[in-house]
Order: sequence, then structure tokens, then C-alpha cells
Amino acid sequence: MIAMLRRDLALAFRSGGGFGLSLAFFLIVVMFVPFGVGPDSGVLARIAPGILWIGALLASLLSLDRIFQLDFEDGTLDLLAVSPLPLEGVVAMKALSHWLTTGLPLTLIAPLLGFLLNLPEGAYGWLFVSLLAGSPAFSFLGAFGAAITVGLKRGGLLLSLLVLPLYIPTLIFGSQITTLAVDGLDNATALAATVAISLFTFALVPFAAALALRVNLR
Amino acid sequence: MPDLGQYATSVLSAYGIGIVLIIGLTILSLLRAVRIKRQLKNIENRHKKDG
Amino acid sequence: MSIWEYANPTKFMRLTDRVLPVVTVLSVAALLTGLIWGFFFTPDDYKQGSTVKIIFLHVPAAMMAINVWVMMLVTSLVWLIRRHHVSALAAKAAAPIGVTMTLIALFTGAIWGQPMWGTYWAWDPRLTSFMILFVFYLGYIALWSAIEDQDTAADLTSVLCLVGSVFALLSRYAVNFWNQGLHQAASLSLDEGQSIADAFRTPLFVCLAGFTLLFLALVLLRTRTEIRARRISALIARERLA
Repeated sequence: MIAMLRRDLALAFRSGGGFGLSLAFFLIVVMFVPFGVGPDSGVLARIAPGILWIGALLASLLSLDRIFQLDFEDGTLDLLAVSPLPLEGVVAMKALSHWLTTGLPLTLIAPLLGFLLNLPEGAYGWLFVSLLAGSPAFSFLGAFGAAITVGLKRGGLLLSLLVLPLYIPTLIFGSQITTLAVDGLDNATALAATVAISLFTFALVPFAAALALRVNLR
Repeated sequence: MPDLGQYATSVLSAYGIGIVLIIGLTILSLLRAVRIKRQLKNIENRHKKDG
Repeated sequence: MSIWEYANPTKFMRLTDRVLPVVTVLSVAALLTGLIWGFFFTPDDYKQGSTVKIIFLHVPAAMMAINVWVMMLVTSLVWLIRRHHVSALAAKAAAPIGVTMTLIALFTGAIWGQPMWGTYWAWDPRLTSFMILFVFYLGYIALWSAIEDQDTAADLTSVLCLVGSVFALLSRYAVNFWNQGLHQAASLSLDEGQSIADAFRTPLFVCLAGFTLLFLALVLLRTRTEIRARRISALIARERLA
């Protein structure tokens, strides 16, 4: 399974596109916010945590349909399904590789983009922690959506419609971690909830996704 | 009509929307049901004719 | 004679041939009775004036919006476990009804809120939760339409319903947490639950019964349609092979 992970990572880096694209998209979305709502630094500071979360979430969405698509098309997925590796493990590794190549870089770059939005002083650390805790959920839930839509021609938009509602709890708790901290309030519940959701998706979503994959591979 | 007072527009529009949506859903369901029933009958007749 | 007998499409059609007209008549009777009673023959509320009359649409619709999703969850599980086609088609049939109920709840909730909150929309936890439920319904319906093979569609939408249910529930908690955190005034809740005066209780129950019967009538009608549609696809497929 580790070999699988390494293979997926190598593929992701070699094809280049996904990795840099997500970061660029994140940057552009963040830039759009002042264009859309005006450059008032007070307003920007207030909405910065939420915007950064939304930007990271959307950027993460971009490369989701690639998780299974290539292997589905060339038959590799069929082979993996009958191999001694459990399909759930395959899903977990692919989701993990998605997170390492998309979620994690987005998390690392987010504090930098926080500057552009006047993110308040104490918030940078919390922003980083919150995204670190929550972005795995995006990758794993995204893998579920990708598994459901893998057979479809133009599955990208449908994938977004299916997956974005699933992101809502993570988005709410995750962005609240920073917002509450900035307001001087206790954010322990939000942090715990975010971590819990990520762990939950890591543990259980691969089963649902594997089920969907088996259906699509029939 | 009971005296709805200052809230007349609110209450009436709420009832209006609710009733319109219910009737709309019912009509759409009925139309589809009729259409599919007819389609099925046509296909089944075709099969009966071909034997 | 167990309920699983009706998993057989033919038996289902025959049963509903007899049951549907009865349910339809009952639902129309209950709805008309409840709504007319509630609209014309109940007093105004001390605080909310005549807007309290909206309760007779809002509460039953909101309850049905949730109940329909739960029904879809159960029928999806039955499909996944026992492979009864009627069950899968019933879930598919129920979804548009659920969407409509959710919309009614949202619209009546917003209109009711306007005189109370001074704005048509407020991110009140309950309204927000229904907005989220609406989007879950949309995704479910979209997935059914996107997949050609009906059995595959049934499987995938069932799994989506399962996962969606978990996250819909999570969202409810998240939204409550999220709204509290903003220190909003407590008067935002449309909490009609505990302090319903007796004058309202009975017509409300009648409306509830009416909405439930309406759902039953519509879902039976729509499931029959789905069963027929499925038969059409099967016949067309057979024609292509011949």
C-alpha cells in the first residue's frame, strides 16, 4: 500500500498540473475577494478566516475528479479491485495522496495569503492548525464523491454538487476555530469537532467510496 | 376572510406559495404518470402486434 | 402475508390500484379541513398576530421535509440489503416530494420571519438547516438523472443518501454551534413547539395528517410511474437486442 501511495504521488508530481494549479487557483480566489467586496481592511480582516477556508476548499475540489479517473479509464482500477489489496485501502491511499499534493500545500500557503486579507495578528497560527485539521476531510469526502461519479462523462460539476454539502460541517467548525480565537473566545469545541470529523471521514468514508467504486466497476 | 390586520400580505403570500407548490407538484406528478402510462401502453401494444 | 410481498412490482401495482384512490380522498379531506379550520377559525396570537396562521403550512411541511428524507434513507437501505426494486424506486419517487416540502418550509419560514425579524432571511439555525437539506435533496435527484443504468443509479444514490444522512445530521449540530457563536438575540427562534395553545393544536394535527397522507398519495403515484418507466426501459432494451 505504501508503494501505491508513492506511485500516486509520483504521478501527481510528474503530471504537474494539479499541484500548482490548486495553489494558483487559491491565490486568485483570495485576490478576487477584495475586488468583490471592496478593499476596506476592517471588512477583509473580519471575513479573512472564512474566505481562506472557502478558497482552500474550492481549490481542493479542482483535482478531485482525477483521483480515480485515469486508473478507471485504463483498467488499472479493475486490476486493483481484484488484487489482494483491499479496495478500501486503495481509496484511503488515493485520498491521502490527494491531501499530500493538494490539501497540505494549500494549508501551508494559506497564512501567506492571510496577509492579503489583513488576517489579524493572533490568527495565523490558528488558521494553519485549523486547515491542517480540516483539509484531510476535504480529500477523503472528495474521494467519496469521485468514486460515485467516476463513470460519468462530465462528472466534474455533479461531483461538486454532491461533495460541497458534505463539506459544510468541516467548513463551519474549521473556520470558527480561527474566528473565535480572534474574538478572544474559546475555540476548543470547534477544534475538537474539526479533528473528529476528519478522523471520522478517514476511518469510514473509504468503505462507502469502495462500495461506490465496486458498483461503477461492474 | 378573517381580519388579518397588518400581516395580511404575509399570511396570504405564505398560503399562496404553499398551495401553489403543492398543486404544482401534484400536477407535475400526474402529468408524468399519464405520459408514462401512455408510453407503456404503446410499447406493449407494439409487442403484442409483433407477437 | 408479510410486507415484503409488496416488494414484487406486480403485487405493488395491484395493491396501490385499490389503495391510492382512498388515500387521495383522505388526504384532500384532511388538508382542506385542517387548512380551512386553521385559516378561518383560529384566533390571532398575542405576539405574532395573524402570522401565526402560517404555522399550519410551515410546521407540517418542515416535518415532512425531514420525514421524507428518513423514508428515503430506510428505502435505500432496504434496496442495498434486500435488492427490492420497488424500494429503490420509492426512494427516487419520494425525493421531489421532499424537495417541495423543504421549499414550502423555507418560503413560509422566511415570510413568517419577515414581520418578526424585519428581514426575509436570517441565518436562523432552523432555516439554515433546511437550506442545507434542500441542497442535499438536489444532489440526490441530480445523481439519479446523471446515471443511465438504473441499478447502478439505485446503488449510488443509496450510498449517497447514507453518507448524506450522516453529514446532514452533523450539519445540524454545526449550524447550531455556528449560530450560537455569533451571539444572536434569542428571540430569533420560531419556537412554536412547546407553547402551542389548545386552539391551534387540533387543526395543526389535522394538517399534519393531511400532509402525511398527501405524501403517501404522491409517493405511491410516483412509484407506480417509476415502475412503469422501468418497464418501458426494459422493453426498449429488449427491442434493441431483437
